[in-house]
Amino acid sequence: MSAPLISLQGLSKSFQGNDAVKFVDLTVDKGEFYGILGPSGCGKTTLLKMIAGLEEPSAGRVIIDGLDMSPVPANRRPVNTVFQSYAIFPHMSLEDNISYGLKLKGIGSGELKKRVLDMLDVVDLKGLERRWPDQLSGGQLQRVALARALIMQPKVVLLDEPLAALDAKLRETMKYELVKIQKEIGITFIMVTHDQQEALSMMDKIAVMNEGRIQQVDQPNLLYEKPKNLFVANFIGSANCLMGRVAKVEKGRTHVMLADLNQEIIAFSCENFKVSDRVQVIIRPEKLTFQDIELPSNHEKTINRVSGKLLEIIYHGGVSTFRVGFKNKNLKPLIVSQLNDDQQTKDGYRIGSHVEVCWRLDAATLVPVI
Amino acid sequence: MLSDRFRAKNENSRKVFLVTFLPPTIWLILFLFAPVLIIVVYSFSQKVGLINIEVNWVMDNYWRAADPLYLKIFAKSFYIAGTTTFLCLVISFPVVLAITKIRQNWKLIILVLLMLPFWINLLIRTYALIAVLRTRGFLNSGFEWIAAHLGLRFEPVQFLYNDTAIIIGLVYIHLPFMILPIYAGLEGFDETLKQAAEDLGSSSMQVYRHIVFPLIRPSVFAGCMLVFIPALGSYLTPELLGGTDGQLIANVIERQFKHANDWPFGAALSMVLIYVTCGVIAVWLLVAKRKKS
Repeated sequence: MSAPLISLQGLSKSFQGNDAVKFVDLTVDKGEFYGILGPSGCGKTTLLKMIAGLEEPSAGRVIIDGLDMSPVPANRRPVNTVFQSYAIFPHMSLEDNISYGLKLKGIGSGELKKRVLDMLDVVDLKGLERRWPDQLSGGQLQRVALARALIMQPKVVLLDEPLAALDAKLRETMKYELVKIQKEIGITFIMVTHDQQEALSMMDKIAVMNEGRIQQVDQPNLLYEKPKNLFVANFIGSANCLMGRVAKVEKGRTHVMLADLNQEIIAFSCENFKVSDRVQVIIRPEKLTFQDIELPSNHEKTINRVSGKLLEIIYHGGVSTFRVGFKNKNLKPLIVSQLNDDQQTKDGYRIGSHVEVCWRLDAATLVPVI
Repeated sequence: MLSDRFRAKNENSRKVFLVTFLPPTIWLILFLFAPVLIIVVYSFSQKVGLINIEVNWVMDNYWRAADPLYLKIFAKSFYIAGTTTFLCLVISFPVVLAITKIRQNWKLIILVLLMLPFWINLLIRTYALIAVLRTRGFLNSGFEWIAAHLGLRFEPVQFLYNDTAIIIGLVYIHLPFMILPIYAGLEGFDETLKQAAEDLGSSSMQVYRHIVFPLIRPSVFAGCMLVFIPALGSYLTPELLGGTDGQLIANVIERQFKHANDWPFGAALSMVLIYVTCGVIAVWLLVAKRKKS
């Protein structure tokens, strides 16, 4: 395992006494498409600006390729940024925009021309080099901004919500385009986004951020399957959450007493819980079913089962979501998501009828309550 | 074509048209086009006797205006207006940069302070400037006081009644006309453009040279026009602060109309001033346009 390309050590930033970023430690490996995901105002853009050198940290260090960047100003860091608003210079042609950084470096016009043409090819803007920014569409401006950063051949490209300003359809295309370009060129990308779908589908690794702190760093699938806390569980996809207390712990199986339902359920957990720890049981809506699929193998229980009343069916096309309420009206109803290919789910349930909701023991994640 | 479109609509919109467009049109005709037309006609006329003017369409007044004596005064007027504009520009930039950097509630106070001199009559302001600059004025007294404390001998400096005094006066009067447009241009400036340039390797000087200056050029141009044109036609300041040879073209024109009682020649000089001013602006615009493409 080689040294990480970027490491942030205790990076903090406060604005007039308000902490925007609190003691962030992160490492990003070379060639990664790294995501920083969080709701707006969580400090992710500030974090990005500190890496770029456009914002001075209150404490902590940014280390890029083994070098402490603290004394290095933004214009000499091996980092380039794609701004959310693109920040294309309106008084320069597309070509001049892209070559701006190289010209400052004093690259000769011959090589300059070649590299600009190559870059136009990469971002699929060939033939538009003489255009002016006001003649370009949002998607094209986005590509110009990307090309302007990539042509510098930085160690890292920072992207601040690059897709937020595009319309839905274009965003979908650009998503895959960005990933393709990143894999092709092999430059490390750090992208900030508030869109969890974007993050899950594009990134190799995601750091989830909230209120200035990193909540969890993982690969997308682990982030979804094994959220470390309720914030991550709720922020990434939707989640059902049941409160309980650990009743018994045995070889990887944790028995949780759900006080509100007065019922015990079992979950697999690799974390070490102690009896009477307060925990939250997190289950994704699509892991819940109405079917009874108890495997009769050995005598051990393989599914959990709770009963409730069907409150609502919402049809989404490919899937439907069902809301199942409990006797205790104060409890949040469970959200069950089912594929609509099954005849049974279409016809079998009526609003108001009694249903049994089941999930496999390994479908739930236990999260400690602090 | 415009009026056709209005007529095609109902009677009501026609009334609206008349009510909204007629007053300014009449105003322009009465107070701008008519006087200028009269001046144009006068400039081709001749003085007959003491008070009569004969309109006989001669070019004599213009030939007289081409006399080296008057050309020199034109050149001097341009030189002084140009220097004033340049000095205003040089002084305004740091001031504006400072204003954009300070806190929001202070900005308003500073801008109000900048506007404050406009509440005082120009004549009074100019006399106040005389009080500051004269041989026994505040400035010289201040220098003398400092010199006395340092144990040096001090001879009062002659600030007034020369071209420098005219320029100081003009810069003082016109500075807000330069500061305000440039401030307007810089205040709304997109910070991310600066950050992007910095991110791509620009030093802060290069950020200003490559990004900020080119983008606020229209504001700077507006400021220069707002200073240059009034400075070129300034009358009171050279009259009060200038020396015996401190005549600018406006003073000469005034003298033709009043003391010399030669309206046709004064009219011709006025027209030349208008033509030359328009010419300068046209050249300026062309150069600016050429530079962009």
